[in-house]
Amino acid sequence: MQERSELMQTLFGRLTLEAIPYHEPILIWTFVATAILGMSLLAYITRKRAWGTLWNDWFCSIDHKKIGVMYMILGIVMLLRGFADAIMMRAQQAFAFGDSMGYLPPHHYDQIFTAHGVIMIFFVAMPFVTGLMNYVVPLQIGARDVAFPFLNNFSFWMTTAGAILVMMSLFVGEFAQTGWLAYPPLSGIDYSPSVGVDYYIWALQIAGVGTLLSGVNLLVTIVKMRAPGMTLMKMPVFTWTALCTNVLIVAAFPVLTAVLGLLSLDRYVGTNFFTNDFGGNAMMYVNLIWIWGHPEVYILILPLFGVFSEVVSTFSGKRLFGYTSMVYATVVITILSYLVWLHHFFTMGSGASVNSFFGITTMIISIPTGAKMFNWLFTMYRGRIKFDVPMLWTMGFMFTFVIGGMTGVLLAVPPADFVLHNSLFLIAHFHNVIIGGVVFGVFAGINYWFPKVAGFKLDEYWGKVSFWFWLVGFWVAFAPLYVLGLMGVTRRVSHFEDMSLQIWFQIAAVGAVLIGIGILAFLVQIFVSIRRRESLRDETGDPWNGRTLEWATSSPPPAYNFAFTPRVHDQDAWYDMKRRGHQRPTSGFVDIHMPKNTAAGIVLAGISMLCGFALIWHIWWLAAASFFGLIAATIIHTFNYDRDYHIHADEVTSVEDQRTRQLAAQQG
Amino acid sequence: MSTADTEQAYDPRHVHSHHHPEGEAHGTFKGYVTGFILSVILTAIPFWLVMGDVLPSKQATVFIIMGFAVVQILVHMIYFLHMNTSSEGGWNMLAMIFTLVLVVITLAGSLWVMFNMNENMMPVSAHEMRNAP
Repeated sequence: MQERSELMQTLFGRLTLEAIPYHEPILIWTFVATAILGMSLLAYITRKRAWGTLWNDWFCSIDHKKIGVMYMILGIVMLLRGFADAIMMRAQQAFAFGDSMGYLPPHHYDQIFTAHGVIMIFFVAMPFVTGLMNYVVPLQIGARDVAFPFLNNFSFWMTTAGAILVMMSLFVGEFAQTGWLAYPPLSGIDYSPSVGVDYYIWALQIAGVGTLLSGVNLLVTIVKMRAPGMTLMKMPVFTWTALCTNVLIVAAFPVLTAVLGLLSLDRYVGTNFFTNDFGGNAMMYVNLIWIWGHPEVYILILPLFGVFSEVVSTFSGKRLFGYTSMVYATVVITILSYLVWLHHFFTMGSGASVNSFFGITTMIISIPTGAKMFNWLFTMYRGRIKFDVPMLWTMGFMFTFVIGGMTGVLLAVPPADFVLHNSLFLIAHFHNVIIGGVVFGVFAGINYWFPKVAGFKLDEYWGKVSFWFWLVGFWVAFAPLYVLGLMGVTRRVSHFEDMSLQIWFQIAAVGAVLIGIGILAFLVQIFVSIRRRESLRDETGDPWNGRTLEWATSSPPPAYNFAFTPRVHDQDAWYDMKRRGHQRPTSGFVDIHMPKNTAAGIVLAGISMLCGFALIWHIWWLAAASFFGLIAATIIHTFNYDRDYHIHADEVTSVEDQRTRQLAAQQG
Repeated sequence: MSTADTEQAYDPRHVHSHHHPEGEAHGTFKGYVTGFILSVILTAIPFWLVMGDVLPSKQATVFIIMGFAVVQILVHMIYFLHMNTSSEGGWNMLAMIFTLVLVVITLAGSLWVMFNMNENMMPVSAHEMRNAP
């Protein structure tokens, strides 16, 4: 390649045509498939003339319900990408034995496992969790929206901007080859000189802003905007877990921002925080990133504990057993999650005192989790259990997660960890808790709250198909990894010599296919449900005989959620209202003050993404321009005083009257 | 029944003004000036300690500066952020305590972990150190 001219260098930084991977057939075909799918989606939207609706009512919406739904869609789309990575890894490892090198060269394989981890945690699990909290929390506490509605929209688009950057790395340049936490010195400039790690850094920094702001937002919402009478100890358990999760987000994410900031200084301006020379210490990176990383896994799982609590109590027709102990267990987990981070690097060289301290704290944290498990079991005990799809997912979780938890306690014993560290046993363990806990919980939540969102239930048959394929698929895919891990097979390996291991990898690949069918069945479930929506329709707004306030309003709820703010007297507020013969107010409606939609969030996030892209490719003029553009756009937005409007009492009355007729038709 | 279950004319702003009569504390001119003067003094002393080479031991200087920094943080929180034990219905205090616990865990934990790791490192001879790349 001849030298690039000075001008090209200035204009495009290190972005050249070489960065487009047209010599990699797999990527070409991926690109072609993505392009065809994308084009047909765009064409479909155009044909339906839906661009206006999409932009005005969704992209610019600051309604917490619509933002919640968009988070869920982002999660589903990224789940497909993350799963594509997973199935490629499983296929590679099933074939690449002995003489066969498989179909993925190592540098490609390394990008895939990195992307898989990053995407599944940051752009699947986090959007799912945030989406559920966004949709449900304001409804559960009887609020009209979150505390800062515009910020909510901005947070969503920042998360999406991060996701787009990761996706972009597929076709422009490459992604990191470092593993999902990008440990230096491997992620330093000496060993990863290309753009991969920079994609990683800026995608996470931009998405991290979104996560942090959304954490602040929901935290303030829960603290400040609960319906009158809802004291802390009368909050629904899901809201409690959301509160704790957001406390964790606000406390932990700045650490990630700081440590990635230090890594980018190492990479961009030649500092030596994490290098091997000039006093740098790569181990400090590992220490710091796990100070964020361990709370992060509790950020993911706590809200799902809340989902399971709601589901168990609703489908057992009973008040949750041990509400108070559930709340205290959640709070204790919140604090303890900050005291265990070193168990991720027992083998790094600390002495026995440090290792045993963190081993013991890790074992202690399983106590409140175990208490929760017993609370769910005792809620089910002597309950009238209805085995609807959300309950199936919950029971699948209880079975799977307990085993995952126990292998976790095994790993918490430092001597055992010295044998199992970085082995496939670890991989099996954390997939056991993340799939068995987070993913099952998300599906329980989707099946549980979908009728609230859409006004009709999800199809039960396909829901069950999806559940059973996921459950069986999970065990077929990951039980072999436990076996392999005990035999000492390490993670992140793209080729094996020992032929005797192959059969286990082939079984695991079959499991991955089963999970794939589970995901497909879930998509079919949504599609079929939309087709059959008339027969699945729920007019009551309370299809499961629910107990918390979100079931008090119509499905889907009106923009303002509640015409009058409910007054709470008991823990299960809606159940209590039903029991005492609550009558919907049908008159006396007043104007409702609401925030107005705005495009500022999507614009700001778009500029941030451009800035990130420019920084990745060292296009300095664009980075500077977009950075100042970002500041200017923010300042301009502060001059927008047209931020709220009133829904007139007449309009509220007509919506509520329609609901009255709907309910009357039900009873008649 | 219905009136007992709903609150008429709900607006979060109203709730704030009615339910939290103490509201957010607003600073007085005197408060800001006091805060400013204290901050200046607390900044000037460490500056003088460094520039004037006042103390014989460098380590002592570092610790004294860190002490001044902590006091400075408190001054800012009291005079500029108007925090006290009862503002925002005690939530500020609670958040403060929680933050302190986490900061102490993070700092003390990291120091302990890193020092312990250093202790357990394979000893490197002075000769090797000199010739390291």
